[in-house]
Amino acid sequence: MTFFEAVLLTIITASTPLVIAAIGELVTERSGVLNLGVEGMVIIGSVSAFVAAQMSGSAYVGLLAGVGGGAIFSLLFSFLTLTLVANQVATGLALTIIGLGASGMIGEAYVGVPGVRLLPLEIPVLSDIPYIGNILFKQDIIFYLSIVLVVAVNWYLFHTRSGLKMRAIGDSHSSAHALGINVIRTRYLAIMFGGACAGLAGAQLSLIYTPQWTENMSGGRGWIALALVVFASWRPWRILAGGYLFGAVTILQLHAQAFGIGIPAQFLSMLPYAATVVVLIIISHNRRATLVNTPASLGKTFVPDR
Amino acid sequence: MKKLTIALAATAALILGFGTVAEAAGKTKVCFVYPGSRTDGGWSQAHDMGRMAVEKEFGSKVETAYLENIAEGPDSERAIERMARSGCNLVFTASFGYMDPTIAVAKKFPNVKFEHATGFKTATNMATYNSRFYEGRYIAGVIAGKVSKNGVAGYVATFPIPEVVMGINSFEQGAKSVNPNFKMKVIWINTWFDPGKEADAAKALIDQGADVLTQQTDSTAPMQVAEQRGIPAFGMSSDMIKAGPHVQLTSLEDTWGPYYISRVKALMDGTWKSQQNWDGLKDGILTMAPYTNMPDDVKKLAMDTEAGIKAGSIAPFTGPINKQDGTPWLKAGEKADDKTLLGMNFYVEGVDDKLPE
Repeated sequence: MTFFEAVLLTIITASTPLVIAAIGELVTERSGVLNLGVEGMVIIGSVSAFVAAQMSGSAYVGLLAGVGGGAIFSLLFSFLTLTLVANQVATGLALTIIGLGASGMIGEAYVGVPGVRLLPLEIPVLSDIPYIGNILFKQDIIFYLSIVLVVAVNWYLFHTRSGLKMRAIGDSHSSAHALGINVIRTRYLAIMFGGACAGLAGAQLSLIYTPQWTENMSGGRGWIALALVVFASWRPWRILAGGYLFGAVTILQLHAQAFGIGIPAQFLSMLPYAATVVVLIIISHNRRATLVNTPASLGKTFVPDR
Repeated sequence: MKKLTIALAATAALILGFGTVAEAAGKTKVCFVYPGSRTDGGWSQAHDMGRMAVEKEFGSKVETAYLENIAEGPDSERAIERMARSGCNLVFTASFGYMDPTIAVAKKFPNVKFEHATGFKTATNMATYNSRFYEGRYIAGVIAGKVSKNGVAGYVATFPIPEVVMGINSFEQGAKSVNPNFKMKVIWINTWFDPGKEADAAKALIDQGADVLTQQTDSTAPMQVAEQRGIPAFGMSSDMIKAGPHVQLTSLEDTWGPYYISRVKALMDGTWKSQQNWDGLKDGILTMAPYTNMPDDVKKLAMDTEAGIKAGSIAPFTGPINKQDGTPWLKAGEKADDKTLLGMNFYVEGVDDKLPE
């Protein structure tokens, strides 16, 4: 393995959870719901995956448990915001706080226990391609899933009837409701998809990134995913680009340090966030492009008969 | 909806109000504030084991309490104040970043005693305590100098404070004592605890040629990366052998129990005084996990070094030592005093990094 390959592999591992959590949140937001609970759902995914993998001895069972854990946990958010019509911002923040606390409690007995690692899956033939084979086709299943998810979400949102309906709900839930589209049901599903993705991202953390359980191990990655959705201006392909940009900056600043390049580490750690601010400034300058992509009902509560 | 919210808020207020536990008379209440989770497998866990040692020693004569996951900075001041208000007689605040908050709270509660870990500010009712971690890091350096083929170690560092800089320098001094050309690569990740970031830094160091790894951070993630890549490594704060059964050479283990017990006892006897305590290997506050995964001759050298430090015949910072840029720091035979060590803000020769300012 060359130095270059080693760096790229590290970048992929660092970027994958960001891409997955962000693509899930993108779908949730496209349906007009702002779920700030991504960080909480990610950590619930991590702990579910770790505990299930320990109990069953299989990392794949852990993966499924992570997805399930995130999805079930997101139901709490759906119930509060859709059925009880609670404020989405406050509920989302509560979800993050509950997730961080509950995961610590569930995982207390598993701290310091060596984890079950999800092993890479080599794809025959493709993995023999020079240069890229080693990097792209000797990965774990979650990496492949992350790419499939981006492609699938893009296809679903922009090339299917159901995706069109979901975007319609996100842009104006009242109009969509008047047209007979079931707003609440679609949003339940969109939030659950977001939860499942966040759970998968969490599973990647506790099964591949650092196969162990420690409290707060999500380390703010859920928040970065939220920033990524805005960064990508709600377009799936840009999630992929943005996720890898964030991941690359994170890893390259570490290498810059080890090389002894005299740029302050704090400055480099700040770069991904600074990039988000720059993108925000750019998209807010171009009102029309922004309006096309921003779900107009984002964050607004919906009551059918009002 | 509104009614429900009000009802919930009222219930929460009731629970919080009655939740404050009344203090049992005649008991000494000893309290602890940790920066991480008390089950983090590292720093905070080591302190919590000290707390449990206090409970075991004094039984029903003491009552202990702790707050975990308290972020350094303004939040910690509220946490420490809450401890002081809840009837604690002695509060241990176990992180460098709690220094100013502890001072501030100590002023407000002159009857409560405070002890702050790893800092340098004191008051009449506030003492400091620390462990000479650098002694353990010197031993680690000696081992690294022997087992490294490339002569390059990687150091996952946290914040550029004197404590950490001292650790890096001491490691380098130990390594240079067996391999004069030994180099160190350092990555600052600006956090004490973030498993993902710690792992990324460890990978980056290994990818850049470090073939022995050490960490200042609190989680076992770097050890785990080392295990995966087959790179020998040193643990921190607690024995991390479970995370690196085939690669851990040794680990610095913090043993706070005896110190905590002695201070609680002093408080009970009325002999508690503010002081600056800085014990090391010979006092048992710092211990080395078993020397593993190394040849017998290296193991013997490590044990001899440990014995030398305990006996006082080896001091990690003994001249001649040059600073990183080659200017002389200590003359031959000269030893660094504690004040210089506690304020260390420069690298010694051989560290391949630019110290963040």
